[in-house]
Amino acid sequence: MDRKPTRITIAVAALALCVFLIAMACTNEPPPAPTVPLPDTMMDPVVDVEALKGEVVAHYANGVHALYSQSLASARIMDTAIDAFIADPNPASLDAAKRAWLRAREDYGPTEVFRFYGGPIDNEENGPEGLINAWPMDESYIDYVEGNPTAGIINMPDEYSTIASDLIISLNEEGGEENVSTGWHAIEFLLWGQDLNENGPGTRPVEDYTTNDNSDRRAQYLAVASDTLLVHLQDMVDAWAPGGGNYRAEFLTKPANDALVDIITGAGALSKGELAGERMFVAYSERSQEDEHSCFSDNTVADIVGNAIGVRMVLTGDYGVVSGPGIIDLFAADNEALADRLTDETRVAVSMAHNIPDPFDQHLTDTASDSAFGRSQVLSTIEALEKQADTIVEGAAAFGFTINTSV
Amino acid sequence: MNQDRIASYRKTAWLRYGLAALAGAVGMGALAWFLVSDARSGPSEAEVAAILQTQLGGDTTIVTTNRNSFALAAANLNNQERRIFEVGDSFFTQNWVTAPASTEARDGLGPTFNAQSCSSCHTLDGRAQPPANNDDPERGLLFRLSIPGVDPVTGGPLPDPAYGGQLQDRAILTVPPEGRFLIDYRKIPGEYEDGTPYTLLRPEYSFTDLAFGPTHPDLLVSPRIAPAVFGGGLLEAIPESAILALADPDDADGDGISGRANLVWSVQDEDTRLGRFGWKANVPTLEQQIAGAFHGDIGITSPLFPEENCPAGQTDCQAALNGGTPELPQDRLDKITFYNQTLAVPAMRDVDDPQVRAGARLFLEAGCAACHTPSHTTGQHPVPALSGQVIFPYTDLLLHDMGEGLADGRPDFLAHGQEWRTPPLWGIGLIENVNNHTRLLHDGRARNVAEAILWHDGEGRAAREAFRKMSREEREALLRFLESL
Repeated sequence: MDRKPTRITIAVAALALCVFLIAMACTNEPPPAPTVPLPDTMMDPVVDVEALKGEVVAHYANGVHALYSQSLASARIMDTAIDAFIADPNPASLDAAKRAWLRAREDYGPTEVFRFYGGPIDNEENGPEGLINAWPMDESYIDYVEGNPTAGIINMPDEYSTIASDLIISLNEEGGEENVSTGWHAIEFLLWGQDLNENGPGTRPVEDYTTNDNSDRRAQYLAVASDTLLVHLQDMVDAWAPGGGNYRAEFLTKPANDALVDIITGAGALSKGELAGERMFVAYSERSQEDEHSCFSDNTVADIVGNAIGVRMVLTGDYGVVSGPGIIDLFAADNEALADRLTDETRVAVSMAHNIPDPFDQHLTDTASDSAFGRSQVLSTIEALEKQADTIVEGAAAFGFTINTSV
Repeated sequence: MNQDRIASYRKTAWLRYGLAALAGAVGMGALAWFLVSDARSGPSEAEVAAILQTQLGGDTTIVTTNRNSFALAAANLNNQERRIFEVGDSFFTQNWVTAPASTEARDGLGPTFNAQSCSSCHTLDGRAQPPANNDDPERGLLFRLSIPGVDPVTGGPLPDPAYGGQLQDRAILTVPPEGRFLIDYRKIPGEYEDGTPYTLLRPEYSFTDLAFGPTHPDLLVSPRIAPAVFGGGLLEAIPESAILALADPDDADGDGISGRANLVWSVQDEDTRLGRFGWKANVPTLEQQIAGAFHGDIGITSPLFPEENCPAGQTDCQAALNGGTPELPQDRLDKITFYNQTLAVPAMRDVDDPQVRAGARLFLEAGCAACHTPSHTTGQHPVPALSGQVIFPYTDLLLHDMGEGLADGRPDFLAHGQEWRTPPLWGIGLIENVNNHTRLLHDGRARNVAEAILWHDGEGRAAREAFRKMSREEREALLRFLESL
């Protein structure tokens, strides 16, 4: 494959850079502004709840489209950086590719709140979630690991002569949930390598892309995994784009109550079952460092923050790039006190997550004490996420919505 | 010695449960008379309405029909319990790997094994299907092995000297797998009374690539498919007295249905206890069921089964490195057990649908409820969420002679070769949503609910015949009812 940058890719990169800068400006978090409740005299005495439901659903669709567009833009920048690294592998270009991955990851995190109801990202037929973000990863399925220098698809040229997108898609999760061969964490592993250090991320040598065995196949794998991720993110943007004939159109025409159950389920399930439970408490309780999410790059705290921000965005309706009525506004129509409480709780959850000291795995060692700041901060974040989810369930129940927060 | 122990257990069981049984007998006698009389006069509206309940798992129940329907936490857990559930979930779902590995909590696979994780067979906490052909890598059907005789200590089956109590068809890289099985189906034609033909599949199994020479000449083999695992804690919480009260080993009531309790070995108590779990009710508790599956199916040792599963003569197996002693410590086993105990039961659907209502009536009329006991009330369980719940599992947890067609011919504690435990029916209609198939019975031979009913024989013969003689409309209503569970 010709990997020299063409005029078009340069133009795309320039365009992407603009989008990136705008996105940066938007996601650079100002301290979250508290929702100031309007004085009673200014409020419409009779809120048209049915109309409000429609507005919340419509605004959600705008928010989903905006966040996936933002994620695609920063993933394109990452892809460009990866192509540049492959064209000229050196420590500086590897570092640039890693930084682009970390930046792109920041934009993907919030979009995980659009999962858990069988929408475009994780519907049973063709939702690409498992291809984009499946985890945990059996790294030896892709490449060598300590103790097994010939492991992985990359080191099996006889069995897999050409590494192409359809091959790695077909192999993904073939032998079990852990045989992950595509997506964010595959790219992460190919950039960082195994994290064998106590105090830092993985340190994959640049020689893996120059003189070491199968370096050309490793580069090919990295390029294909990055391209494949872009395709799947583009699919998400298209599914939620205005203009009709796609999932967004179906979502906006189904009964608002059904759409709201989907929206709220995404927020509740990400907050409690997925983030507080599977991603945080399992690692916390079992002190199993392999259970941290972005284990190669030590980016786990940022992942947690990104997910928590996604929940807050759906609740407040403030997606950064677009802003409008969110779930809290709907809840306020029934119970203002609950809406205020949820506003506080979601702010606390994000702020708690921000305050977990990096890297996450230092809180999981056998010697880390439960009373140490890091571990207690992890537990406090878990509790804040659970509390927020419980309030989400309570608020939804007032509208007759039953929300499952298991995943 | 062992028979004495069983006999003495029976006596003490009657002492222990005598009063409850007496009280229960009066009630159950009345109920039995009620049901028998129903068969003649038809169940009343109230009796039909009584089994059309959405909350199949009491307060644990969750309204759901998607592919995660068997994988959700009981609705009545608090946040502390939910966290333990999540930890158990992670150990249920994720693969075990060969020792040694940097993932220390999850290494120690094998040396021989059938699967790498619980979820590779119980996919999404659901039910496995048999392989479509002999090249299909589908996991979830395994073979228990034994030779004639009874273990003098436990009263359980005796293992094959070379292959042990189960055929492990996979192994880590340095160890040979024990062998593999081949499956072939023979077609059995049949006909409903209205002339509609049907075909059942009778599986025939053989072993090949046996690594340690021939099996024992009198080998006894029992195929077992991985069932869905939700609701197990509620079954565990049904009072022993209530189960024993349903037993009618000598068919004293003359309804053609006996129902026997299996009395099995408790590894923890080192004594005989009532069996509830497994296809032959051959395991007393969920914890032992789980530890046994970790040991037999994945090759993971635990405090209950601390020795690696390497029969004499399997030297590579014995020489392989392990992942710790034990590989699964008690606190993790506790969390996985808690997870299994508190998986929610999905709610029944369409209880107000006239066809479902008609099907429920036919279910009672055909006598299905004589073994598939619709409802129980749980007693006290260490997990508060499971205590005092009115549940609808549709099982009596007893052994019934199901005839020669389904027989494995392999005794398992008190269960003889034609006996199987009544499996619960809750969630039966959601297997397709979760696992994309509708295979049923102990080896997955039935391709749908109708075939499963048609395989009933022995004590289930009368109910099967009632189904076979129904009109098409009635059959569809009965199946619709079952598929709404």
